[in-house]
Amino acid sequence: MTHQEYFCERDPIAFPLWQKAVVGIAGAGGLGSNLALLLARAGIGKLIISDFDTVSLSNLNRQAFNLDQVGMYKVEALAQNIRKVNPFIELEIHTLRLDADNVCELFHGVDIMIEAFDEARAKTMLIECFSQHFPDTPLICASGLAGYGKSEEIRIVQDGQLFVVGDQSSELTYGIAPISARVMIVAAMQANLALERIVWKNSLP
Amino acid sequence: MEKQLTINGHRRIWTEGMTVQDALDLMNYTFIMLVVKINGEVVLRQDYASTLIPEGAEVLVIHLISGG
Repeated sequence: MTHQEYFCERDPIAFPLWQKAVVGIAGAGGLGSNLALLLARAGIGKLIISDFDTVSLSNLNRQAFNLDQVGMYKVEALAQNIRKVNPFIELEIHTLRLDADNVCELFHGVDIMIEAFDEARAKTMLIECFSQHFPDTPLICASGLAGYGKSEEIRIVQDGQLFVVGDQSSELTYGIAPISARVMIVAAMQANLALERIVWKNSLP
Repeated sequence: MEKQLTINGHRRIWTEGMTVQDALDLMNYTFIMLVVKINGEVVLRQDYASTLIPEGAEVLVIHLISGG
């Protein structure tokens, strides 16, 4: 299978831009694993993905991993799954816990940054660090995705280069994991927004 | 006419010396994990009580909720 055979029937304007793009993904859980696969399918050239965690049984209700990957580092399992779909994508994976010190170093120079953390504290850290150091790079975050139904309440709030996808209100109930359908709506909206911003960025005069 | 500012799209009365913390109190935003932007600039949590909001400012308060 050639590159040309694999990437057939692609958008003649958007696809070449996606091929050149580098997207950073902070977190490879419910949001990150699903949206990474969407971006790989779309033909993004390179993904930089970071997560410290391993795959557990409780992840399988919403994260893009398989039973035989339980126990593996999420970034390694995700890289396997992405390569099964798109062998041409460039992947840079990091097994580490992101903090205010390493986040800018790791994702320096990406075209688009996606926040795909689970914890609110980590989401806040990323927004504060990234907005300060790279104010011109689009940062796509997620907030408020617990439960099921209420698809119409999931929206995008934009302020400059900061985008927040979610309802900004649905809180997790202790002991109950987020549910795949609503997580994937948010993940898909984050991925769709990333694809749009790459084209938009490149169509500026 | 009263001086105003905008918080998450809502017009509110602006007062001299108003801080980010005053604006959060005004809106009853008690949620712990917030990101605040004033006219596009992020204000760090430790600066909420000391950062003054200029008249006419566009204040955005994002609620960050766990789950992903």
